[in-house]
Amino acid sequence: MDKTKLLQKIFVTKEVEQILSQIPKEVGSYGYDPWGFKWESAKIGLGLLKFLYDNYFRVTARGLENIPPQGRVLVIPNHSGQLPFDGALVGIALATNPNGPRAPRAMIERFFPTVPFVGNLLNEVGAVIGDPVNCIRMLQREEAVIVFPEGVRGSGKLFKFRYQLQRFGHGFMHIAMEYNTPIVPVGVVGCEETMPSLANIAPLAKMLGLPYVPVTVPFPLPAKVILNFGKPMYFEGDIDSEEGVKKRVEEVKNAIRDLIAKGLEERKGVF
Amino acid sequence: MAKKNRTQKQEANEQRAAAETQEDKCLVSPVHEARPSRKKAPARNKKAILVTGAAGVLAQETIARLSPKYKIIAVDFRRAVEIGEDIVSYKVDFMKRSLEDVFRQHDFHAVIHLGRIGTMAHGGFLRYNANVIGTTKLFDLCVKYGINQVQVLSSFFVYGASAYNPALLDEDTPLKASDLTLDLIDSVELENLSNIYMYKYPELHMTILRPCNIAGPGIRNNIGRLLSSRSVPVLWGFNPVMQFIHVKDMADAIVLAYEKNSPGVYNVAPEDWIAYQDVLRRCRIRGVPIPSIPPVLPRFLSRALGWKAFPSYLINYFKYPTIIDGGKFARTFGFKPQRSLEEIFTHYRELKKKAYL
Repeated sequence: MDKTKLLQKIFVTKEVEQILSQIPKEVGSYGYDPWGFKWESAKIGLGLLKFLYDNYFRVTARGLENIPPQGRVLVIPNHSGQLPFDGALVGIALATNPNGPRAPRAMIERFFPTVPFVGNLLNEVGAVIGDPVNCIRMLQREEAVIVFPEGVRGSGKLFKFRYQLQRFGHGFMHIAMEYNTPIVPVGVVGCEETMPSLANIAPLAKMLGLPYVPVTVPFPLPAKVILNFGKPMYFEGDIDSEEGVKKRVEEVKNAIRDLIAKGLEERKGVF
Repeated sequence: MAKKNRTQKQEANEQRAAAETQEDKCLVSPVHEARPSRKKAPARNKKAILVTGAAGVLAQETIARLSPKYKIIAVDFRRAVEIGEDIVSYKVDFMKRSLEDVFRQHDFHAVIHLGRIGTMAHGGFLRYNANVIGTTKLFDLCVKYGINQVQVLSSFFVYGASAYNPALLDEDTPLKASDLTLDLIDSVELENLSNIYMYKYPELHMTILRPCNIAGPGIRNNIGRLLSSRSVPVLWGFNPVMQFIHVKDMADAIVLAYEKNSPGVYNVAPEDWIAYQDVLRRCRIRGVPIPSIPPVLPRFLSRALGWKAFPSYLINYFKYPTIIDGGKFARTFGFKPQRSLEEIFTHYRELKKKAYL
């Protein structure tokens, strides 16, 4: 049996088929979009991640009604956990939203496309290289884009800095203001504990051309994950100064801090 | 400057008139290997268009569309091409002075410059001379003889294939191909040259077209050769998304750009995409995996094994996507490709079936 068909048979349940049938998505005659998204792979990816979402990380998602069912939106979560499981789980929450599922587009680190298999695989399930042009083009196509403004500063931070927001890039705010896009802040709780990093082997990372090489567990731990989606934030008007942009970024950071605090309060135990 | 141009144009017109008179007297063209099989009378009222690269399928498709309405003069550096009764054809080396004889003999309204030495042909020096120096000479003649419209065929290769490319590159994206490989420097320089002439001589009404992969019957560029093969290399772990345009659609685009005359730089690509390995499956081609890292290894293999359809300097285009946005051309000229990707791939499937039979 064809490899793709076999994977589809294993992971693509009727529920997944039904979810995907509700997601509007413009693709070409062979099911691809310009960023390499492919329906067949997205089905398998959604099926596999939905299984992990429900059974391994046992995700609780709140505030899903805050995600607009259509139109452009920037989803801005905190970043953690060494591997991009937080992005995948936020993506599954968007795709399975009972109030109106969206095809999630996550912006990923720039080194991923250089890694054999990984870059293509991520593209096929909807992730794209974190370039402002990509983000703008997808918003112009009225897509839901997940951006982690902390970048590797957030995902690669040590366990002792867990739930401390790192410096946010300002690019997302420039795009939100210029392209009139609402921002939905997300507080992710639990991913910090999936791969707690005790140290970063910086020389090895440099040698391999990777942003970090953590000293951590060999596989993600089954920490329970809580996702709190906040109310959409609107930043209108022209950009007057970079200082003004920074203030608005701080507003988003504060909203995410509140959502993280809410998630930590709600959490009854790490696992 | 303007006065000087006017003087040049007047001189050019006088020279042209003299050449026309001489031509009427003697059907043997002063241009080497000219084929004087022309019926001048009916063509006299038609606007004359010089089409370069006439031996190529794209040029011939373009000529077939233009010839009922316009007087076509076809040139190619390879040979004088037999196209049709009414079409004058010359073999011309752009590096030689005889190129000007073609301008002396005909009162061109437009030049459609499709002729280029492909990336797989000849050495880099010769290619650079023909594509860049030769084109400079052609453009100078266009200025000297007061040509009203110039169209240049470029390629999406000029953007370069990089891991950091965003998708849907628009016409303002920097041209990075020469950063990545010196073998593509002539493509980038041809573009830069065209841009210089576009702004320096607005009266040329220059249009530059940057199409995605042109494929279909008769196409012998890199991608055409690759899709005609039975087995081709696949870089282990990489499967970039690609774009293709049917040669007949590209010819339609060239004609549209000429007839609507809206100078500028335009990407030409359909709103459809497919990954490389999917293309191979659909064209019945066996993908042979080769090591992709370190990057020097596949380049070495390509050079050592002499893969013409998979040359070392184009390897990145089979590794990273270079997806262009054809929206500006579609909006400006009302262009919509009429042939699907499936039609292109069916052609290459059929080709293999026929070869087998």
